[in-house]
Amino acid sequence: MAKLHVSTTINGEPMEFLCEPSDTMLDALRGPLALTGSKEGCASGDCGACSITLDDRLVCSCLMLAVESEGREIRTIEGMAHGDKLHPLQQKFLEVAALQCGICTPGMLVASDALLRQNPRPSEEEVRFWLAGNLCRCTGYDKIVRAVLETAAETREQGTRESRQ
Amino acid sequence: MNVIANNKWIGQRTIRPDGVDKVTGRAGYAADTTMPGMIWGKILRSPHPHARIRGINTAKAEALPGVKAVVTARDIVDFPVDKSVMLGIQDMRWMCRNVMAREKALFPGHPVAAVAATSEAIAARACELIEVDYEVLPWSIEIDDAILPDAPILHDFIKFEGKPSNIAGRMEIKKGEIAEGFKQAEVVVERSFATRPVHQGYIEPHACLVSVAADNKTTIWSSSQGQFMVRAMTAHLSGIPQSDIRAIPAEIGGGFGGKTIVYLEPLATLLAKKSGRPVKMVMTREEVMRSTGPTSGSKSTVKIGAKKDGTIVAAQGTFYLQAGGLPGSPIRGAVGCSFSPYDIPNVLSVGFDVVSNRSKVAAYRAPGAPIGAYAVECVLDELAEALKMDPLELRLKNAARQGTKAAHGPVFPRIGYVETLQAAKAHPHYTAPLGKYQGRGVASGFWFNAGGESSAQVNITEDGNVVVTTGHPDIGGSRAAIANICAELLGIDYRRVSVLIGDTATVGFSNLTGGSRVLFASAMVVTQSTEKIIATLRERAAKIWEIDPEAVKWENGAAHPASPNAGQFEPLTLAQLAEKAPQMGGPIGAGVQLNTEGAEGGFGTHICDVEVDVELGIVRVIRYTAVQDVGRAIHPSYVEGQMQGGVAQGIGWALNEEYIYNRDGKVDNPGFLDYRMPVCSDLPMLDTVMVEVPNPKHPQGVKGVGEVPLVPVMAAVANAIHNALGKRFYSLPMSPPKVLQVLEGKG
Repeated sequence: MAKLHVSTTINGEPMEFLCEPSDTMLDALRGPLALTGSKEGCASGDCGACSITLDDRLVCSCLMLAVESEGREIRTIEGMAHGDKLHPLQQKFLEVAALQCGICTPGMLVASDALLRQNPRPSEEEVRFWLAGNLCRCTGYDKIVRAVLETAAETREQGTRESRQ
Repeated sequence: MNVIANNKWIGQRTIRPDGVDKVTGRAGYAADTTMPGMIWGKILRSPHPHARIRGINTAKAEALPGVKAVVTARDIVDFPVDKSVMLGIQDMRWMCRNVMAREKALFPGHPVAAVAATSEAIAARACELIEVDYEVLPWSIEIDDAILPDAPILHDFIKFEGKPSNIAGRMEIKKGEIAEGFKQAEVVVERSFATRPVHQGYIEPHACLVSVAADNKTTIWSSSQGQFMVRAMTAHLSGIPQSDIRAIPAEIGGGFGGKTIVYLEPLATLLAKKSGRPVKMVMTREEVMRSTGPTSGSKSTVKIGAKKDGTIVAAQGTFYLQAGGLPGSPIRGAVGCSFSPYDIPNVLSVGFDVVSNRSKVAAYRAPGAPIGAYAVECVLDELAEALKMDPLELRLKNAARQGTKAAHGPVFPRIGYVETLQAAKAHPHYTAPLGKYQGRGVASGFWFNAGGESSAQVNITEDGNVVVTTGHPDIGGSRAAIANICAELLGIDYRRVSVLIGDTATVGFSNLTGGSRVLFASAMVVTQSTEKIIATLRERAAKIWEIDPEAVKWENGAAHPASPNAGQFEPLTLAQLAEKAPQMGGPIGAGVQLNTEGAEGGFGTHICDVEVDVELGIVRVIRYTAVQDVGRAIHPSYVEGQMQGGVAQGIGWALNEEYIYNRDGKVDNPGFLDYRMPVCSDLPMLDTVMVEVPNPKHPQGVKGVGEVPLVPVMAAVANAIHNALGKRFYSLPMSPPKVLQVLEGKG
């Protein structure tokens, strides 16, 4: 069977790629698109290491067909920093050591960002339930949860400061 | 001891050198690596728990368009079973048979052939075309079945007490006279326990990419806890000399001991050699669960006797550990660590290594020790209850201290166990009020820690910065700690130190990342290398100033005259000296290789609170405090991270994780959905208390920290559940169905 042609937008850039009908979005990202920041830990949607957003909705890219990205907007870990400026979540993860081996980190960051976009003031419990789809075997989650809560608090503070100016 | 006072970087929470790469998705893990002309390798695995392999026909697979190579056990160097060939902690007789079944398939998932093809799909299709003639044999999975007199024997060459047996090894430690000891006891508690195999559960599946040129020059990119181990094992199994193999450590996405052996690398190497193409192999999660790791399931009996005042006079443990299909369970950890936190005059600890038709176990964080500690620390809890003593008080009364002859042999130097007990007792957590169906448990644990071979190369760049190369894969932040140490010694900002993991061609031999040894060992070689560099820098300054090198001191990143007598000179900074290097003796660098010695064991004491949902049987850990003697915390955040990570794994082991087998002898839960590791919402914040009793035999006082945190957890949770319900659990996991059974009086 011939490959399918897909036109999509990834991290704000128009992109085109070819894929098999059965390829997942994760296959396409890691294969023809050479965006290997999204990781495959399980291929069954249970570990969250391949988390991306599809039209601002958090999804496991291993559970989505590559062809489903046609005409849609995808965001991956590669689109999180602005040039050489890290996203506040990325900066905070570094500062509080919210990563050890780092394999779950891209998915954790994408999921945390999606949470803060829709709920800038999450409780610890909300963070824990939101991130329950992202497995981490190294950190015990403690520092990850702290990083998300601290980023939320600081972003709100900064927002308040900016709105006062 | 040469511990630096007034540290600027040691003990600071600096940003790890590899951090930005990891938060931006740029870090290169093994599965992220590709090469022009690359093809894909896949493994055909046995569907049977136990079967003789009478023949393999690969003709149809080889004829499939797109297939470039097929290998079977015939292509792998054989290590006959009659002679042990040890490579580090591994016996190559078992490694060669674990990588690919030779005479027999020993578990479902055991590799029997491997294929390389132009796509993963073609390789998978080719695997289906391979015809294997199996003679299916009777099998056993559980210890109880495997040690029955009429159990199917896995290996004819294993004899126990002169007869063919599935008991592949026995280990014993002995101190005093056990029978005499128990005669003195006024209270004795004896209980039996069982644990299930649990997987290390690293999120990154095993992966490698191998390229072999026509002259055998081989490059391996892979995820492992040791590139030198990968090189050596691949060389042994493929017949390619080690000097022709360059093993490049990719970033590692977790290991916890499970990546201290090879699974894919020798097969990919042979496929690459046969096909003339680079071969990439990546396991699926199901392959990881069926065919790698886990750690042993176990059954054990522990008996401890004490006087009425709480003095323990005798302790005996018997530990049966599952090895999987090939010998090698971690009985040393169970036998050797279990009683080591205590000063007990009479100890007998015996372990048995039992083979059965499961995947071969691999190391998992303090291998064997958590299994032993679970039994011992639960019995201690019952003993404390029988004696009407506070459980921490009982431990304090019997705690090992400096001068105690440990059950496993050595006389302890200055150790920090008592300090962990005192810190736990003084912690507000220990006396916080509890609610209904809530309970509190404590437990302690010990791990040997380790030293061993390590190499480092430290080079000063032309612009006066520093590149450190060590040989240990960084599994949890060791680069950050090394940067702190090197910056501290040189007196420069830690951001000027770049820390890299060398491959087997660029740095001297370095043993595995494992055993809680990496920072202990690498800090030593980095320290010595840096000291050599500082000596060179002082010599260079002395030459420029035309004074004696002894009259130059190194301080705050610059050479200074040691005293006013030496003369008046403006300091020469590292950057200035680096700039002058071409005229002043050439490049500045130093390398050190050592077999490091002086590792000291580590101790931890944990407090756990649980709440039991008595309707559903669900146990929730609601508060947890881990106290540990960490020697010296070079980077406190990553030490805490090790402690929290170990605790989370232990909570999973205690409450939910287990290999579940179906009636065909196959693992029934080989994925993250049914193999239930703790997720974020399962856990509370995990408090840590770092007790720092520096190791006097280490330049920075380092002790290993990675393994102790898993050791006490299962017992702490079990003791907390007992405290909450008044009922004891003698087997893991304490999952909802089991909790309900016990609550209903059926357990």
